[in-house]
Formats: sequence, C-alpha cells, structure tokens
Amino acid sequence: MARVVVLGGGVSGHTAATFAAEWLGSAHEVVVVTPNSKWNWIPSNIWVGVGGMSKEDVTFDLAPVYAKAGITYKQAKAVSINPEGSETSDKPFVTISYTLAGREGESENVEYDYLINATGPKLNFGATPGLGDANGLGEFTVSVCTADHAVHANEEFQKCIEKMKKGERQKFLIGTGHGLCTCQGAAFEYIFNIEHELNKAGVRDMADLKWISNESFLGDFGVGGLHMKSMGFAVSSKIFAESLFTERNVDWIIGAHVNKVEKGKVHYELLDGSMGEEEFDFSMLIPPFAGVGLKAYAKDGSDITSTVFAPNGFMKVDANYAAGSYDNWKASDWPKTYQNPTYDNLFACGIAFAPPHPISKPMSSPNGTPIGPTPPRTGMPSGIIGKAVAHSICDRILKGKDAPLHEASMAHMGAACVASAGKGIFDGTAAAMTIYPVVPDFEKYPGTGRDVDYTFGEIGLAGHWIKHILHHLFLWKAKLKPGWTMIPE
Amino acid sequence: MEKKAEHNIKAYGNNFTTMTPGSFAIKLRTCKIWQLIRFIVINIKMLIVVNKSH
Ligand SMILES: Cc1cc2nc3c(=O)[nH]c(=O)nc-3n(C[C@H](O)[C@H](O)[C@H](O)COP(=O)(O)OP(=O)(O)OC[C@H]3O[C@@H](n4cnc5c(N)ncnc54)[C@H](O)[C@@H]3O)c2cc1C
Repeated sequence: MARVVVLGGGVSGHTAATFAAEWLGSAHEVVVVTPNSKWNWIPSNIWVGVGGMSKEDVTFDLAPVYAKAGITYKQAKAVSINPEGSETSDKPFVTISYTLAGREGESENVEYDYLINATGPKLNFGATPGLGDANGLGEFTVSVCTADHAVHANEEFQKCIEKMKKGERQKFLIGTGHGLCTCQGAAFEYIFNIEHELNKAGVRDMADLKWISNESFLGDFGVGGLHMKSMGFAVSSKIFAESLFTERNVDWIIGAHVNKVEKGKVHYELLDGSMGEEEFDFSMLIPPFAGVGLKAYAKDGSDITSTVFAPNGFMKVDANYAAGSYDNWKASDWPKTYQNPTYDNLFACGIAFAPPHPISKPMSSPNGTPIGPTPPRTGMPSGIIGKAVAHSICDRILKGKDAPLHEASMAHMGAACVASAGKGIFDGTAAAMTIYPVVPDFEKYPGTGRDVDYTFGEIGLAGHWIKHILHHLFLWKAKLKPGWTMIPE
Repeated sequence: MEKKAEHNIKAYGNNFTTMTPGSFAIKLRTCKIWQLIRFIVINIKMLIVVNKSH
C-alpha cells in the first residue's frame, strides 16, 4: 500500500487529494495535512468583504468530506520535510504540528511514498511596516484574503457607509501593499464591488475611491497585461482597465511600492523614484506572498532547505531557474510536471511551486527598489496543476515507477477569470475574461504573446451570472457531490 | 441629466487618454436578452479555453 501525503487543503491540494483518492481507491492511502477545519472558496471572499455573503456561504467543514472520500485528514500544519528519511529509517517523512482543538502543538512524523506540497502562500503582511507583522494583518488596513479577514473588512466597510449617511466624506484606498505583490485581480474586484455597494447604499457621491498598485500600467494584472479581440481590434487590457476606472470614477496610482502604513495614511515610492503619501479612511491592501516557510532536512539532519526550496520559500520544481534577465525569458522556462529536481517523489502545485521568474517585465525605481507584480497562480491553473500532479503520482503507483508524468504548463494553459462588480442578479455586472496562454509565448504568438482568438473580455450581466454559477459549481465540486469529477477545474 | 461616463475624464489627468462607453454600450451590459446571448457565447469560449488547457 502506497501513501500519498498532501500538504494543504486549499484549491490545489484539495483537487489533488480528492482526485488521488478517487483514482487510487481503498488499496492506497491519501492523507491531507491542513491547518484549517474549513475549506474556503476564496474568490467569493470578495462578496463577504462587502456584506453580500456570509462566512458560512463560502466555507464548509472538511472532516465529513474527507471521511466520505476515504481520505485521512490531519488538522495540522506541516513544519518540515525529511525527503531522505532519518538516520534510523530510509522512509521519507514530513513533520507536522497539530492545530486541531485539544491537540494544539502536538508533533507527529508522517511517512510518505509521494508528497504533494500545496501549502499556498504565506500572507506576508510583515513585509511592509504597518501593514502587519509576523502575526498577520495589522490594525490600519483590512484584507479579504481569508474568510475571517473578509468578515472584518465588511464590518469596517459598513461603519464607513454609516458615516457617509451622516454626511461624513470617506476615502477608500484599495490595491497592493508592497512593490512585489501579486493577486491584483482580487483587489480590482474588491474596489468595484465597493463602488457598486456604495451606489446601492446611495452614498457614492460621498466617497472618493482610489487604486494603488505595483503594476507598471493599469490592467497588467501580473501577466504583463493582455490583448483582447474587441470591435475588430486587438485591444490592450490597459485601455479596458482605464476605461472601467474612468467610467466608475475611480482614480489610480500605479508603479507604487507601498513602504509604510500608518493610521489613515500610506507612504509609497513610485517607479520614477519619487515618494508620496496617500490618506484613507478605509483601505484594503493585498500583502505580498511568500512560501509558508517549510524546512527540509537530509538523512543526517543537516539543513537542505535551500536545495528543496527557492529563497522566497516556494518549492523548486522542473522550471528553468537560470533564465536570467527578461530578454532571455522563454515560455519553456515554466514547469510542466511540478516534480522536484532533487527528490522525484516530491511535487508542488498551486501557489506553492517556485515560478522561474515573473510574467510581467520586472522594473525598479532609480533607487533600486524593485516594483512589479510577481506571477499570479489563480484558481484554474492551481486546480489543473493539482489534478495533473495527482494523475502523475497515481500512474506511478498503479502502473509502475517509470510511468510518464502528466504535464500542465502555464505556458500551454489558459485561465478564465470573472471579476464581479456587484452581486445582484439583475444589477450586478462582471468583467469576464479568458486568457490563453497564461504565460505569454512570444515565439508562438509574435507581438502579443497570446492567441487573441482565445483571449477576450467583456463587461456585463452575463459575466456576473457566470461568477454566481462558478461559486455554486466549485463548492459543489469541492464537497464531492454527485458528478463532481465532471466539473472542470 | 444622467452623468455620462466621459464626464469623469479629467483634462490631462490620469484618465485623459482612455475610451469611455456611451449610454448604448452601458445599456447593453444589463439588457437581459442581449446578456443571455452573451452568456451562451462567453460560456462556449470559456469551455474551449478550459478544454485546450487540460
Ligand atoms: C481575495 C481573493 C480573491 C481571489 N479571486 C480569484 C478568482 O476570482 N479567480 C481565481 O481563479 N483565483 C482567485 N484568487 C486566487 C485563488 O484563490 C488562488 O489561486 C488559489 O487559492 C491558490 O490555490 P492554492 O491551493 O495554491 O492555495 P490556497 O487555496 O491558499 O491553499 C493553501 C492551503 O494550504 C494550507 N497551508 C498553509 N500552510 C500550511 C502548512 N504549513 N501545512 C499544511 N497546510 C498549509 C492553507 O491553510 C490552505 O488551506 C483569489 C485570491 C484571493 C486572495
């Protein structure tokens, strides 16, 4: 009997674990180690953050789902990996620390035949003074990255609405809280949901909305922007984003590295090297992401963390990490199988794998401060990669150690993104977008790097309906309800 | 008079060089019949991209 251990029960890990359990059956064991008792459909946290949904609408208990799937569930966080075993045993293992009520802090070594690291991001609030610290989110801004954060964000948002109703003008500042953030799409969605809710509450004219981000142009989204076919033209996402911001009367600051947050004020440096300050009454700033800080040890106990993980804490996989400067980047630098180059039974999927380099062209200010988006790994790629990795491992268990690995390169993969701008069934709208491929391939698609026939976007109710359907569909799938395997990632 | 999107443009400001939708384009975004057609079209396009990605 083989044991597959999955670290992290988020979008990618949950997909990998549930498919692995389905394909392996009861002859083999799938173990999930994840610190939370609930699964969270993170994209819908945006609606929780404006009071459109409750925490319960976007989360569910993992234990009964894993029990149904025959998955061994350990509510714990992984601390370290011993891919060569220990001095007394050759069997590789992972050391975990329980978070389960009543067993907090209890440590256990879990042996594995195959390990999937799907631990997602550490929300690195501590990278920007005042945004937070090692313990997490600070007191001056809010976040929508977790369901609990989003509940808190909505409480603060409702206070602002009350103030506006009493005649007090409010300033909203939304965007990224550091020069090296990713996930601009989430902040983009949040600012337009706020705008929608302010209109609904009849207080839009009492609010000033401003976007602040590390993108070098509006609409970069960490993917170097995209060109979409529209009205017979290949139109840059910059035009679409600027148009939407103008239509909704939202001002913007771009190319900004937020370097300090105080009560009611952020300090930032721009790509041209100038410094600025921006005041706010309400601010949601996405933190930069890092790996969750897993350690790795060799058989003799020596620290091999830098062999297994990149300096940012994400796990090394089959990417080309020696591509060098932007001019040398190729689509083929991006990983295909997500197998660790040193230990062939170790894989990483979703945000946990170390990308070879950003997708957007890296830039810095004349002061040497790097300011530019790091590459996003959104829900669809995270799910597809998780499934491909599970497939590879299952094949190796069921067909033999030399079974070929499945590939899921972000340079051959598209993504569908729907950014809502309000939640009502007939008054909400959303920007529905597809991008193909996620990582531009300038050799295959000269000029834009993408296939403009499959890269498109438009705003309207239709996108909004799709967003609603996706919410229910993905929760259905994650709960392993009938037909779940048929729902694509 | 309803405020038009282009009224938000500030001369020589951040948004001076962008395009803004007219009232017809904005109406279409919430026109249920048109959006039903777009819903079908977008779903087909998304399914093609999803299919090409797996
Ligand atoms: C507000 C917001 C909105 C978003 N909206 C969209 C959207 O509309 N569309 C889209 O495609 N994407 C969206 N995304 C991105 C999407 O949520 C991510 O791409 C996706 O969650 C990544 O999946 P993952 O499994 O890699 O990480 P996660 O889903 O974050 O899962 C990681 C898991 O690992 C667990 N973990 C952490 N540390 C450890 C440890 N030490 N040991 C074990 N487990 C650990 C975590 O608790 C978590 O369960 C959004 C993200 C945010 C923050």
